[in-house]
Amino acid sequence: MIPLLEVRNLEVTYGEFAAVRGISFDIRDGDLLTIIGANGAGKSTTLRAVMGLLRPRSGQILFRGAEITREPAHLRARRGIRLVPEGRRILPDLSVEENLRLGAYTVPRPGDVADGIERAFTLFPRLKERARQAGKTLSGGEQQMLAIARALMSQPRLLLLDEVSLGLMPILVEQTFATIQALHRHGATILLVEQNARMALAIATRAYVLETGSITLSGTAADLAADPKVKQAYLGG
Amino acid sequence: MLSGYLVTVLITIGIYIILALSLNLITGYAGQISLGHAAFMGIGAYTSALFYTKAGLGFWPSFLLAGLVAGLLGTILAIPCLRVREDFLAITTMGINFVVEATFLYIPFFGAGMGIGGIDLPHFFGQEISKSGYLALVVLVIGLMIALDRWLTRSWIGLAWAAIREDEEAAGAMGIDVVRFKVLAFALGSAGAGLAGSLYAHFLTFIMPVNFSFAQSMVILSMVVFGGIGTLRGPIVGAIVLGALPEISRPAMEYRTLVYGLLLLLLMRFQPGGILGEHSLLPRSWRKLCTAMQNGKTGQ
Repeated sequence: MIPLLEVRNLEVTYGEFAAVRGISFDIRDGDLLTIIGANGAGKSTTLRAVMGLLRPRSGQILFRGAEITREPAHLRARRGIRLVPEGRRILPDLSVEENLRLGAYTVPRPGDVADGIERAFTLFPRLKERARQAGKTLSGGEQQMLAIARALMSQPRLLLLDEVSLGLMPILVEQTFATIQALHRHGATILLVEQNARMALAIATRAYVLETGSITLSGTAADLAADPKVKQAYLGG
Repeated sequence: MLSGYLVTVLITIGIYIILALSLNLITGYAGQISLGHAAFMGIGAYTSALFYTKAGLGFWPSFLLAGLVAGLLGTILAIPCLRVREDFLAITTMGINFVVEATFLYIPFFGAGMGIGGIDLPHFFGQEISKSGYLALVVLVIGLMIALDRWLTRSWIGLAWAAIREDEEAAGAMGIDVVRFKVLAFALGSAGAGLAGSLYAHFLTFIMPVNFSFAQSMVILSMVVFGGIGTLRGPIVGAIVLGALPEISRPAMEYRTLVYGLLLLLLMRFQPGGILGEHSLLPRSWRKLCTAMQNGKTGQ
């Protein structure tokens, strides 16, 4: 079976600095894959390269068997790849509903857009209450809901989540992870990049450890969670 | 009947409204700063003047060709603008203005420093249109620009522009073809400026490169920013107020650049959204007043 996403020897550099040094991994339909690692290990860089927001120096990215390494982001979005970026990046002056409608930009039928908004409001009732408010007036947690709901509008084949728990209060972190787990149970394929290794490993099916741009460990999430090296470095002993 | 002087002022203001509305598409909605809008006004004016005086075409074909040529050149000149953002885009568009003005100034085909004369007002049934008639035509074009504005802002195009304006990268990641929508904004905005340029040329009957200088671009941008960038009412009111100001007050005419500059400085400090921007003082007070009156009514 062809993997949904296949990354081969991906190398991304910022000028002289190699942020990602030839990593390979793949995601199969229905996976909840997590890449854990310290700040600056290259996690976000990897996701941004998969979305097409960064151009890799070398390596290949294949989506459903088709090479997309040089394709611009908007065409990858049309193939069904969606990123919830770090820092949420919702559109501050647009209303919640407009943000959601923009998420459905690649959805051709108006009826499907309306259905998508209904689905988003069912998943996050808070957003329904705030539908007409400008994005910037939402709280951090609500903005995170909006960012995830917006990415789901197009019913993506692959959802890329970049540090979704960052800057949220603990109760919201738990809620966010519960939402991700629920999405996965409903069949979503997710690539989750996290500093919060404990939570990420608790819900993921498979995991990779990224250290200074290279993958040092990989396996099932349960195996990695039990690995002494991972325990010591990422789970606090 | 309106006096001849008043009609002249109204036509000038009307042409500025078209220019401000067209620049608002590029800078207000799509968020691409342009300091060279007068270049496309000039391209429209010269296109219209040349087709009218040299090719012997009538007003209507010249007018439509002015919009078309300005729109096409706007599309082509948008390409160097795509790779740059913000301050670099400002400098690039400024450069385009200087190049276009210099082209009119130094190439004999465009009349060089002498400009082009003998451009008449349009004729209707063999009779030259009256000034009031011309004013009606300007108002008609303003009406079309407003309709275009309403249609664009309510369509996916307006939403895509808003996304690009607020966060270009996020827009791309949502599947929006950023390049296409930026080019579209430059094409439509330039075409609007081209039509305004044609109306300007046929009204003045004589055009010179200096009419389309960088200073003219600043006047148009001031109008958009003064009224409230990214709204429909803002550029219209901005063009009316700043267009009428030099007529009402002589000193304002003589120190026009100084007055505009001061207004912009004060605005940026106290009302960065313009006097009629969504979050500016006047619209907010107005909304409060409306709510208060409504509450008063239901209270009784």
